[in-house]
Amino acid sequence: MSFAWAKPYEPKNPFMKWVDERLPVPRLVYGAIGGGYPVPRNLNYFWNFGVLAGLALMIQIITGIVLAMHYYSYAGGAFDSVERIMRDVSAGWVLRYVHQNGASFFFAIVYIHIFRGLFYGSYKAPREMVWMLGVVIYLLMMATAFMGYVLPWGQMSYWGAQVITGFFSAIPLVGEPLRIFLLGGYAPDQAALTRFFSLHYLLPFVIAAVTILKIWALHIPGSSNPTGVDVKDEKDTLPFHPFYTAKDGFGIGVALIIFSIFIFFLPYSLGHPDNYIEANPLVTPAHIVPEWYFWPFYAILRSFTVDFIIPAKLWGVLAMFSAVLLLFFLTWLDRSPIRSTSYRPVYKIFFWILVADVMVLGYCGQAHITPLNVALGQVASAYYFLHFLIILPLVSKFEKPLPLPNSITESVLHGEDKESAPFGLATTGGATTAPAAAE
Amino acid sequence: MVRIIGFFVGLGFVGVLLLSLVINGIDSIQNPPPATAEEEFHLAPKDVTLPSDGAFGRFDRAQLQRGFQVYKEVCAACHSLKYVSFYQLEDLGYNEAEVKAIANQWAIEVPSVNPETGENTTRKALISDRFPSPYANETAARAANNNALPPDLSLIAEARGNGAHYVYSLLTGYTNQQAYKNAKGQELLREFPDVKTPAGLHFNPYFANLNIAMPPPITAAGQVTYADGTKSTVDQMAKDVSSFLVWTSEPTLENRLRAGWVTMLFLTVATVLAYMAYRNIWANAKREVSMRGPLEPAFRERMDEQKAERGIAG
Repeated sequence: MSFAWAKPYEPKNPFMKWVDERLPVPRLVYGAIGGGYPVPRNLNYFWNFGVLAGLALMIQIITGIVLAMHYYSYAGGAFDSVERIMRDVSAGWVLRYVHQNGASFFFAIVYIHIFRGLFYGSYKAPREMVWMLGVVIYLLMMATAFMGYVLPWGQMSYWGAQVITGFFSAIPLVGEPLRIFLLGGYAPDQAALTRFFSLHYLLPFVIAAVTILKIWALHIPGSSNPTGVDVKDEKDTLPFHPFYTAKDGFGIGVALIIFSIFIFFLPYSLGHPDNYIEANPLVTPAHIVPEWYFWPFYAILRSFTVDFIIPAKLWGVLAMFSAVLLLFFLTWLDRSPIRSTSYRPVYKIFFWILVADVMVLGYCGQAHITPLNVALGQVASAYYFLHFLIILPLVSKFEKPLPLPNSITESVLHGEDKESAPFGLATTGGATTAPAAAE
Repeated sequence: MVRIIGFFVGLGFVGVLLLSLVINGIDSIQNPPPATAEEEFHLAPKDVTLPSDGAFGRFDRAQLQRGFQVYKEVCAACHSLKYVSFYQLEDLGYNEAEVKAIANQWAIEVPSVNPETGENTTRKALISDRFPSPYANETAARAANNNALPPDLSLIAEARGNGAHYVYSLLTGYTNQQAYKNAKGQELLREFPDVKTPAGLHFNPYFANLNIAMPPPITAAGQVTYADGTKSTVDQMAKDVSSFLVWTSEPTLENRLRAGWVTMLFLTVATVLAYMAYRNIWANAKREVSMRGPLEPAFRERMDEQKAERGIAG
């Protein structure tokens, strides 16, 4: 597909040959995730997370379909039906714990995947479309997770829905009518629950469709790699199967072990106890918090406390949406042609500050509102925007990158095939430290 | 263009955030938020060990039966248990005949319809029934309890932070407000004279707002006479009923932990095999050549130094 040396599909089995001539699906699979997809040979374990995200999506879809067979989206009975799944449906508890913690599993994987992309410049040419489709998937995931959290109709479900749909009322003029239109009422109720269930069932398939587009777009330039240097020849790559299927097999094993620890031994650790109380529109919980994967954005929302020209709430909503949407523009914000942050000494520092900053935002998103926590959230939110919109463009303009390896093979084998010294040590001959022209 | 727009958008957000920071900061220094009685005097649940705790947790059947007895004789007067059915009591080690007897003799009858007249009536509980609620509806419950609603207990151990420990602490945490001091030795009523527990409420520092509508349910040793002869101290009864409520909130807890260990075993073996397959397939792929030995940079530096010392050229 992507490279001239990609092996074409040659069916050995006559049946597969028969199928392939009539419907070339085996050819498609072989070229996508089989021996016909050459992948850079130097990928590290962070490249496992794309496959893991796909696995998490499949787990959610399969458990979700079965749960939907037992759940009913009736405001007077949704909570009871979830308890029935937990108590009376055969192995219902395992399905429910997998699905409930699976959302966290999916987000944890996707967050690592996103930071991998930020570190290794996966948003840069020629993979802009891959990155942007990824941001679309992330947005769809957020919508799906939010609506799914409403379905058990516990206290946090109800009040979470109340708060999140309240964002729309911040929009001037049309906000409140729009909110009522989207909810189908003045407050979350039967109409909202039914439509959230319907959309919660629909959106994962939209995610799956966008994932197919994303993999398609990925296969045009091929996977990136930790050096950020382009693939130059066949020596730089290994066929996806068996090399990366084997590595992904190991990665899936480790991921499932960690996931299972949460499912079987800590199933409540990521949820909120209030969601085991049935929704009650007359009792507001003392402390409304979203699920952990929304904490950083919730912190940004809450950090705007001053009505400056426009109301503070509108500032918060705009900033929160901007915090995600700015990811679409990263390609143009970061003008450095060097993909891998390993070769960007200045940006590397800011990258790790960003990681710490998002963790601090996460803390602030769930913390009780005290003057200190609010101030911390405001500083951390300010850094978030400072990082992407001001520091990133400036650093990429002034930074002097480290020398890049000439090729992937050289970085991996240190020129051993030429009986040369390790990378960077040879003074004569093939492996030199001259910076490669950055594409 | 994107960078210019981005720069100004970023400047806008950062500016408003810093403005918020300054205004909030000045405000919170000038008018520091007053300390509340809840912040200063509310207590986190006590540290109590239950047999169901941890990854190797198991229910103690005898304890669950004692806990059920406490529920039956004390809690059931006001609190429903609507997600639990009588037949599930067989999990606690009762045999079928005993469960039938428990259902048949349950003090509260199950709402029903008279088959002759179609009028509403009640009948004795069957083992397939869920535990009947002590009140016909929420209004009746509030009317009987000074306008407070006794919560259903089926899920109480999940619906409160640190569930079972919270229940235990709450049951044993009633105390005299006059004499109550926090860890700093402050007296509640001296610090916050306004928060004196109103009539009809009861002081309990483990309850979120310190005053709970529920009167102390377990007041004296021997309140329940245990069928198995265990000495029924207040502490023992509180612990037993907390254990029972862990079971009601998750009757499948033992299955979950057992399935967890089997899954761990399976996944560990599978992952070790997958790792070996991975190393085997990559063995000849020359993925990595470690820079150890004579070509290691540190080693080469040392060699060069030694050569220089000895006066060997090159």
